[in-house]
Amino acid sequence: MAKILIPTPLRQYAEKNNSVEVSGSTVGEALANLTTQFPDLRKNLYNDEGKLRSFVNVYVNDEDIRYLQKDATAIADGDTISIVPSIAGGRS
Amino acid sequence: MLTQEEISRYSRHLIMPEVGVAGQEKLKAAKVLLIGTGGLGAPVAMYLAAAGVGTIGLVDFDVVDVSNLQRQVIHGTKDIGKKKIDSAEETMRDINPLIKIIKHEVALSSANALEILKDYDIIADGTDNFPTRFLINDACVLLNKPNVYASIFRFEGQATIFAAEGGPCYRCLYPEPPPPGLVPSCAEGGVLGILPGVVGLLQATEVVKLILGAGEPLIGRLLLYDALAMKFRELKLRKNPECLCATGQVKLIDYEQFCGIPKQPEPPPMSAEISPKEVKALIDAKENFVLIDVREPHEFQIGRIPTSTLIPLGDLPKKVAELDPSAHYVLHCKMGGRSAKGCDVLRQAGFKNVRNMTGGISAWSDQVDPSVPKY
Ligand SMILES: [Zn+2]
Repeated sequence: MAKILIPTPLRQYAEKNNSVEVSGSTVGEALANLTTQFPDLRKNLYNDEGKLRSFVNVYVNDEDIRYLQKDATAIADGDTISIVPSIAGGRS
Repeated sequence: MLTQEEISRYSRHLIMPEVGVAGQEKLKAAKVLLIGTGGLGAPVAMYLAAAGVGTIGLVDFDVVDVSNLQRQVIHGTKDIGKKKIDSAEETMRDINPLIKIIKHEVALSSANALEILKDYDIIADGTDNFPTRFLINDACVLLNKPNVYASIFRFEGQATIFAAEGGPCYRCLYPEPPPPGLVPSCAEGGVLGILPGVVGLLQATEVVKLILGAGEPLIGRLLLYDALAMKFRELKLRKNPECLCATGQVKLIDYEQFCGIPKQPEPPPMSAEISPKEVKALIDAKENFVLIDVREPHEFQIGRIPTSTLIPLGDLPKKVAELDPSAHYVLHCKMGGRSAKGCDVLRQAGFKNVRNMTGGISAWSDQVDPSVPKY
């Protein structure tokens, strides 16, 4: 089981959870399990072609999966997966 | 060289070996541009002023609103309705009269960004929307200037330094902005008032470290702060070899379009002024428009145009939120001066159809209805 940290803007699509334990041996599997559990998350994480949206990054521990094996990045028990969307707030 | 006055003021810096006289002189020589004087910009501006950063530029075009005061501590209740850069300057001057403050009262755009940023050493991005954040990134990449970045949402913050020598840029992290509607903005999402204080000071800390050349700058690291959990986390940020910054293809573009924000349909060409006779014709034709009298209540009692609504100029910024930005407006005062300012307030709030009645109620009395007394 790996822990997925859900960022504040997306918690509304995950029944307000800030973290969810999921099974899966790769990042892709873990995220698929997550979006099966919370279908509303899907369109916020993936585009119509099923690719991870370019304003959302996924990290295993502190490393960006774009520089690992992307969706195929292996995960071990106790790993933490972070979903980090861009946020813009600050002036208003 | 530090003056006697500066030596006294900065003595707590001077006795620290990590700063000392040499460091304080670096701070004095530094030129830092703060984009946005709101939630993040407020603490950054106040502390950098206090620390003795010699030249601080401010970019903002907003007016202080009562709803800002929950977090924008550089502005006070007395500043409601004032321009944010004026209010910020006043607070900073009070904190430290020895520094230079340069005000840029503009909305940063592709047309003016390079010209404004080029004279500064470090840029601090404290804005609130994706188009401006991409614009600042691209301008910093082009000019080779570090962008000390922070953003906030509800009770979470992110901070890092983009576009430093050899380091990643904002596009390396996020090649594209979210399409409108997918990620809630701060205005919809809200923000814990204390949060920009914490995150803004992370930004200010990194600015000071860059100036001093001290410590380990937050380059190639994305710092995440969760106020509810009271946790800081750090993620690795890499320079993306496919990013525009690595392939040398950065150029300033239309960022609204890039962010999928539809262009506002151009309003029919309309001059900024309208004569009293034309206003009378609109009233007689029962045209749909709002006539706002921006004079004071005691002047309103002296004489008024029957269909007008009284909103004194000083109250206008507070009332803007209650007005429909898509409606047509004509503003008038006694002579036309105050209402011209009122028109600017509405236009800055995004109102498109705003006109000033030339010559005010005085001209109305001359040209339309002499029974309205002149005073
Ligand atoms: Zn880049």
